[in-house]
Amino acid sequence: MMGILFSIFAVIILLLFTTLGVLGMGWYFLFAIILPYTAVVLFVAGFIYRVLKWASSPVPFHIPTVCGQQKSLPWIKADNIDSPYTSGGVVKRLALDILFFRPLLKNEKVEIEAPHRLLFKTSTLLWLGALAFHWSLLIIILRHLRFFLEPVPTVLVVLQRLDSILQNLIPIIYISDVVILIALAYLLLRRVIFPQVRYISLPSDYFVLLGIAGIVISGILMRLIYKVDLVQVKEWIMAMIRFRPVPPKGVNLLFYIHLFFVSLLLAYFPLSKLMHMPGIFLSPTKNLRNTSRNDRHINPWDHPVKVHTYDEYEDEFRGSMKEVGLPVEKE
Amino acid sequence: MPEETLKDKSLKIDYTPPTKSWVEPSAEFRKGTYGYPAAPKHEKYLELPNPREWQPAEADWKLPENWKEIILKGMEERLGRYRSFRLFLDICVRCGACADKCHFFIGSGDPKNMPVLRTELLRSVYRRYFTLSGKILGRFAGARELTEKVLKEWFYYFYQCTECRRCSVFCPYGIDTCEITMMGRELLNLVGCNINWIVEPASNSYRTGNHLGIPPHAFKSTVDFAIDEIKDITGIKVEVPINREGAEILFISPSADYFGSPHWYTFLGYLLLFHEIGLDYTWSTYASEGGNFGFFHSADLAKRLNGKIYSEAKRLKVKWILGGECGHMWRVIHQFMDTFNGPADFLEEPLSPITGTQFDNAKSTKMVHICEFTADLIKNNKLKLDPRRNDKWKVTYHDSCNISRGMGLLEEPRYILRNVCNEFYEMPANTIREKTFCCGSGAGLGSDENMETRLRGGFPRANAVKYVREQYGVNLLTCICAIDKATLPPLLEYWVPGVDVAGVHELVGNALVVRGEKERSTNLRGEPLNQDEGEDHV
Repeated sequence: MMGILFSIFAVIILLLFTTLGVLGMGWYFLFAIILPYTAVVLFVAGFIYRVLKWASSPVPFHIPTVCGQQKSLPWIKADNIDSPYTSGGVVKRLALDILFFRPLLKNEKVEIEAPHRLLFKTSTLLWLGALAFHWSLLIIILRHLRFFLEPVPTVLVVLQRLDSILQNLIPIIYISDVVILIALAYLLLRRVIFPQVRYISLPSDYFVLLGIAGIVISGILMRLIYKVDLVQVKEWIMAMIRFRPVPPKGVNLLFYIHLFFVSLLLAYFPLSKLMHMPGIFLSPTKNLRNTSRNDRHINPWDHPVKVHTYDEYEDEFRGSMKEVGLPVEKE
Repeated sequence: MPEETLKDKSLKIDYTPPTKSWVEPSAEFRKGTYGYPAAPKHEKYLELPNPREWQPAEADWKLPENWKEIILKGMEERLGRYRSFRLFLDICVRCGACADKCHFFIGSGDPKNMPVLRTELLRSVYRRYFTLSGKILGRFAGARELTEKVLKEWFYYFYQCTECRRCSVFCPYGIDTCEITMMGRELLNLVGCNINWIVEPASNSYRTGNHLGIPPHAFKSTVDFAIDEIKDITGIKVEVPINREGAEILFISPSADYFGSPHWYTFLGYLLLFHEIGLDYTWSTYASEGGNFGFFHSADLAKRLNGKIYSEAKRLKVKWILGGECGHMWRVIHQFMDTFNGPADFLEEPLSPITGTQFDNAKSTKMVHICEFTADLIKNNKLKLDPRRNDKWKVTYHDSCNISRGMGLLEEPRYILRNVCNEFYEMPANTIREKTFCCGSGAGLGSDENMETRLRGGFPRANAVKYVREQYGVNLLTCICAIDKATLPPLLEYWVPGVDVAGVHELVGNALVVRGEKERSTNLRGEPLNQDEGEDHV
């Protein structure tokens, strides 16, 4: 429990810091200009650095995790997705795993029935929660692109329309906002409720979830209750992009909280487990073909090793080999 | 017997995590849970670091003075050499999907056997010394100092992982704890912390060609013994060429096949099969081991032992190599051998001399799995089979971890089994193929002193066997792995009495109608065939 309390505490401190900074000290320049710029620089540089760091370590051995029938005899149907033998197969495998989190779909929970009988229960809730979270996050990020692009591309307008299709029923609600809130609540609660997941959770695991929740909640509140002037916000962003920064007008504390948490997570991203996003593309258990007896894989740091040669072996055993009539090289 | 004492206690399994955080190192060296350390003479023979007499349960591990420096330097080197290592340490989100996928966790309830925490034991040290967030944020970001206690914990838990890769199937990023365990073991080995059950077979293999330390003359006499036994059962005298130069094919199998039980009957099966099809082949005494215990030690030692296969193929001037029933042997051959010791440009692309089938999937490595070879023979009607000779068995099939998740050889053995026996039943879908459960004794853990760990680790597999035993009356578990054959019998005796263990080619040998054989009255185990079977058998 220490982990989550610690993270809640950290988030509260950060909220207070923002409130004091904005309302008390009036550090608009800091929150609206310096921190966002710094965060973007740290994010981009850190992200690239980490990816290059991975890329600089070679893949010495050919180690795909095979999850289907290999390609061997022509009359045995090979599985080109789970045991890919073409690059197309690898792309399909990665695409399915990245877009639809297929491994989590296989998830099942093991329970023990006294005294010694195992029960396997399909458990797709994590899959659903993770999928809901990531897809709604993606849609929300795409929706935000309208602040960065002028004119706003039709695709984004359509996306926004679709996302708010329920507006006829419930005013000004984005489907993605509702979904991400539920998904976040689930992801957070499972870390608190399930003893095993609680046991493995680090303070930083809670912190990331709480940070994203802070962004989402402040965003929704800005939309529903404490409205900000979106035209002004867009002007501020466009000015930032043109490197002629001025603090935004027509915004409130919630906006600064939203912005501060975004900046914080952007800067934290390359330092954290959030790097799983680019990482999965480089995962050598997933992005290699299962054709290692066909295509020789080269280890760039391969070095000679000491071996016990046949001659050394025969020298030790020649006598007894001859005795039982085994052929020898030297008499 | 360790089993006896365990039966009294009855293994308790509790999935409730302890109250104490995992960050506190907690390895308790209780008898039955860990392997004995390597004997110095074997370490010396292989010229491994820090050979000495020591015991894990004692306080002083006699580590080198600068052990911490050695480990951290070793880590830095490996982070630069293995993308898998750095990436898998970086990208885990601790979603917990892997937690109850590990057979050791399912059988023990020890949270540090959850793959995520097994890795976290090392990851925490990585964070502390190699990441900015760990250096700045410390425990908040899950960073831990490297202390002697942490090292001991590594030893306990990295020798409590069978490198089976099941967790990797369920991980959304494919994080493979096997890679982490391999790195963990390499690091431990830098300061001489390893177990005898790995180092002794490796040293034997280095010297005599096989794990069991069988010298060439003993190999010859065990082959002679097999020839006699086959003659008794079938009336046929088979030829078994050894170290024959100029043979077409070099055959390599794990040494347990010709020295262990029930492997022995699989060995008889190979010999009968090769006789029947008139295969131009040879055994080798120098490369009389397919398995590779070096693989459980370090990449370098794996390469040192693996080198014998190609160098012997070259010396004997064979065209290609055929490999027997073994698990990790095939992980090494399929995914590592060509990289370690290739290119095998002195060999030819494998072609079955009987069926003319070109084994297109082994063009570069030039080594074919016996199940691929036999399945092709059966498909092309080259074998006369009488599956009724296996009628005493109700058969199920255990996919070996390395064969399934390291290779994808899933259908070939099943196709063979369906042709050589009449009753074949699959275990539940979530315990076979890529989701297969380990025997609990792989990767060098198949020793006697850690029997409790083995029984716990094998529990999920045994549980699935129990299911088919109750549902269909299954009484034979077939597999194509030497470690399975050695370690599943005591496991099943403990959890599911009444189920035997056999290799696929034992059943092939039973069913195979050999030209000129006498009417068989027993199977390869010397057990009488079914009564009615004898009457209408031609």
